Amino acid sequence: MMIPDWPILSLIVFSPLAGAAVLLAMPKQRARLLRITAIIATLLPLALTLWLYADFDANRVGDSFEEYAAWVNIPLDQAGLGGGAASYGLHLDYRLGIDGLSLPLVLLATVITAMAALASVTIRKRWKAYYIWLLVLECGMLGVFLARDLFLFFIFFEITLIPMLFLIGIWGLFNREKAATRFLIYNGLGSAVMLIVFAIVVMTAGFSIGDTQGGGAVFSYSGSYETILANLSDPQAVVNQVAAGNVNPFYLSNGMETALFVLLLIAFGIKLPIFPFHSWMLSVHREAPAPVVMIHSGILLKMGAYGLIRFGFFLFPEQAERFAPTLAVLGLINLLYGAVIAYRQQELRSMLAYSSLSHMGIVLLGLASLHVIGMQGAVFQLVSHGLISALLFLLIGSFYERTGTSRIDELGGLAKAAPFMAGALLAGGLASLGLPGLSGFVGELLALLGLFDTHKVIVSIALLGIILTAAYVLRAIMGITFGELPAKYGSMKDARFIEALPIVVLLAFVLLLGIYPSFLTELMKHGFDPLLHHINMRVGG
Amino acid sequence: MAAEHTLLPMTWADAGYMAPELILLAMMALLIIVDLVLPRRFDRAVIGWLSLASLLGSAASLVWRLVERNSTDGGEQAKQTISILHDSYRMDDFGSMLKLLLLAATALIVLWSLGAMKQGASERVAHLGEYYYLLLPAAAGAMIMVSTGDLVTLYVGLELLSMSTYILVGLRSRSALTAQSAAFASAASSDGTGAQTYSAKPAEAAFKYVVTGGISSALILFGMSYIYGLTGSTNIGEIAFGLLQVKASFEELLIVAFFFLLAGFGIKIAAAPFHAWAPDVYDGAPTPISALLAVVTKTAAVAALLRLFYNLVYSAGGVHGKIGTTMFRAVLVIAACAMVVGTVSALGQRNVKRLLALSGVANAGYLLVPIGLSFYGVHTNNAAELYFYAAAYLFMNIGAFAVVSIVGGTGERVIELRAFEGLYYRAPWTAGAMIALVLSLAGLPVSGGFFGKLFILFGAASTHAYWLVAVMVATSVVSYAVYFGIVRQMFMRSSGSEAVKVPTATGAAIWLCTLATLALGVYPNGLMEAFEHVFTLAGDLFVYMQ
Repeated sequence: MMIPDWPILSLIVFSPLAGAAVLLAMPKQRARLLRITAIIATLLPLALTLWLYADFDANRVGDSFEEYAAWVNIPLDQAGLGGGAASYGLHLDYRLGIDGLSLPLVLLATVITAMAALASVTIRKRWKAYYIWLLVLECGMLGVFLARDLFLFFIFFEITLIPMLFLIGIWGLFNREKAATRFLIYNGLGSAVMLIVFAIVVMTAGFSIGDTQGGGAVFSYSGSYETILANLSDPQAVVNQVAAGNVNPFYLSNGMETALFVLLLIAFGIKLPIFPFHSWMLSVHREAPAPVVMIHSGILLKMGAYGLIRFGFFLFPEQAERFAPTLAVLGLINLLYGAVIAYRQQELRSMLAYSSLSHMGIVLLGLASLHVIGMQGAVFQLVSHGLISALLFLLIGSFYERTGTSRIDELGGLAKAAPFMAGALLAGGLASLGLPGLSGFVGELLALLGLFDTHKVIVSIALLGIILTAAYVLRAIMGITFGELPAKYGSMKDARFIEALPIVVLLAFVLLLGIYPSFLTELMKHGFDPLLHHINMRVGG
Repeated sequence: MAAEHTLLPMTWADAGYMAPELILLAMMALLIIVDLVLPRRFDRAVIGWLSLASLLGSAASLVWRLVERNSTDGGEQAKQTISILHDSYRMDDFGSMLKLLLLAATALIVLWSLGAMKQGASERVAHLGEYYYLLLPAAAGAMIMVSTGDLVTLYVGLELLSMSTYILVGLRSRSALTAQSAAFASAASSDGTGAQTYSAKPAEAAFKYVVTGGISSALILFGMSYIYGLTGSTNIGEIAFGLLQVKASFEELLIVAFFFLLAGFGIKIAAAPFHAWAPDVYDGAPTPISALLAVVTKTAAVAALLRLFYNLVYSAGGVHGKIGTTMFRAVLVIAACAMVVGTVSALGQRNVKRLLALSGVANAGYLLVPIGLSFYGVHTNNAAELYFYAAAYLFMNIGAFAVVSIVGGTGERVIELRAFEGLYYRAPWTAGAMIALVLSLAGLPVSGGFFGKLFILFGAASTHAYWLVAVMVATSVVSYAVYFGIVRQMFMRSSGSEAVKVPTATGAAIWLCTLATLALGVYPNGLMEAFEHVFTLAGDLFVYMQ
């Protein structure tokens, strides 16, 4: 069915917020009512996204789904230009758009948030505030993936920060406040670096001169992603002109562009996380409540990768090309370091945290390939890892709720007590280590395949990391599902329906992507065209 | 040149132009008499309401003047800046827009005090009537400062503001505090802090403020004396003209003069390294007066500095001349210094009023950045950014101080961070408002503070002052840790204390501030467009020879 003329993207972004507004009006003791409302509020964007998915045509290039509204339009002082301008202003607008890169991640975000809302039955206090923050968080995440204005993106990015701070700090485990502060400071630092880059980019590449019919030029600074992208890739644009004699204040030199790229790498590298910046994420994974970790590991980390692709790679393709080998090495370090440390962990959440670090290494490897297959693999890996880690954290949360521990050496024989959950855990683990037929395999395969042409050595070493992954995953899962069941867990119950539902849904998606990868790859087919086109042109010419 | 003129009498037309200030001064005179003849048993709140009414009346006359001046479609020519009393007093749109901010700030403070100073409420001052009517000359002094065309007028405005605030700072009730500290002593006699420590504090704050204020005035006067010596005039326009002739031969002397001015205003603005008095004075003053110092004094001094520097430094060799480069760079260095010192020293601060004082130091740094960028940047004049940030700062700061004053408990001497403990349970709506205010202070979206900082950041980025961009952004991140200490107390701690009672008037002031903060964040266009609509660099800021 065709989508009518609705602002569908805005509806997707703001429907959770509408849910939050409804929750705000409800009495805070009615836990059940609050829960059901919140779940419905997360199903709304999910339904809309599925509808959008059904209607999306990757071959149709252009702005079929663009939403625009003027927002911040500040008239600037024309005196400084010495007259002659018809208008002079600063424009930061409300712009949403979708392409083959955004859609898979929006889909991921809506699925996982809905599942996390279902899994939030384990939350035992202050439900009302909890669900409101959860929905605000979802609004922020969806906005990040859909925003097409640099500052709109930044604002959504920051909006995710505050709900997360509360979700960790109020509903987390013992060391929650410390984890929350750490989260805030590290991510604040990342955002700060991003803000510096964005401010500089808008002040240089965002500047353009247009004509009006009435005569006189239109001078404007714009935060629009499309405008900036067009300006940066157009050799005639103001930003690329070295003015002879007079200094061009809008000129971005090559060195400056490199600096901006590196700063973006740091900004999004903190979020992703890339190796030396990962410590904050470990404490979040250890301390936050299970549904929040599902979202954090499943979606928030992906925002880092998305930002790196969207702003780092697309805006600065030359720098991306130059830094590709560095990225490949960074990816390799992530992969191996994460895997080795994960092998040494006795605590399941820590193990999974390091495992996430390791899997994000594969994303970096895929990106470093600068090849259509590798980049598709990277994005595929983002979605696949999002689903798998959400599943695993959910299961570990459920086990923790029943046993009060998540240490490998204290658990055992859970397959006897809770066969369904243990089975799901095994399936999730197998997906995580890249068993063919499950989604994890496709992502890894595509990423490494794409990289193989250019970096054979790195790929061979990366294979070692994949073997290590198999080792630590199997060690942990075998350890807790088989063997002797400690007597005190004898009366343990298997999953209730409300817990089983998200497990089944997540598993179904993992299986679907494993068997039928074109579910996503079709979408992404043309997602990287502009970037690759740019790089190929330079190589060819 | 000035010596040739005879003193001019003030005409009725002049009085009309000065109506906003004259209303305040006349009402003050009236209220002094009312306070004197009103028997003791009457509640002094009536004087507060009358003060509020006169502030609003003054604002109304100002708005009327603004609309009248800008409604004609005659373009730039029709909009002559009105300059009265020998060009010593100017009615321009820059001044008028700023005066609206100053009046709004004072009015919010009066509204908040009307709730907070009620019997049994959190704040207490010795002479309530005096407290209310002294806010009027303070506002009038600040207003004179922002619309001055002459150094003498500037000084008069500055002193009017300072004298009023010297008294206001010391007004915190001695008896209430002594009673309380006696209770303290009897409750915990082992506690070494005796009655003297507690009752001496307000006086100490007032004394400190008088001394540093005196130093500030002295520095400003000293700087002015150099300029007068070199140009023979106190009128800013004539000085600018005079400087064109003498700048080549007396460059060093002028730099000295400007540095003295900068230091003098730096104290009033509480920008590091001239900020050391601020935490002590804010801490000892009644909380609404802390907010008055943080907002009204700071804004007025920043605006006066902007006008002085843009006029004088510009004609003393331009922005690229030796004086221009030195002075504007000095402003930027002080700005960066204030941001770093204010934020870092707020990190370990447990006393909320001191914390907000130091946050004010950091914010002073932000306010100084547009001045220091001089005529560069996205905006050329940078005044719009300054104005927007001053507005955002006004609302978030007064709102935050007002929340502090109600959580502080009755007549509490020192308001610890712990006072916020579990505010989510004790006053959920106020806690909600405080989130918005704190977000704005930390510069997070969607709030006025975010856009205020963003616009200033754009200015710095477009002038390629990347070091400044880095300092601004880095201090913002560090400030997260400062402000989220408050959030943590409110939401992540539980408290056995009883519910906080929010007096209606104070609650109204808090919510006005919160809504304004959010409105500036959601729709920053409104204020920026309004300012841009009336403001022109040449017509408003430059004082030409008539």
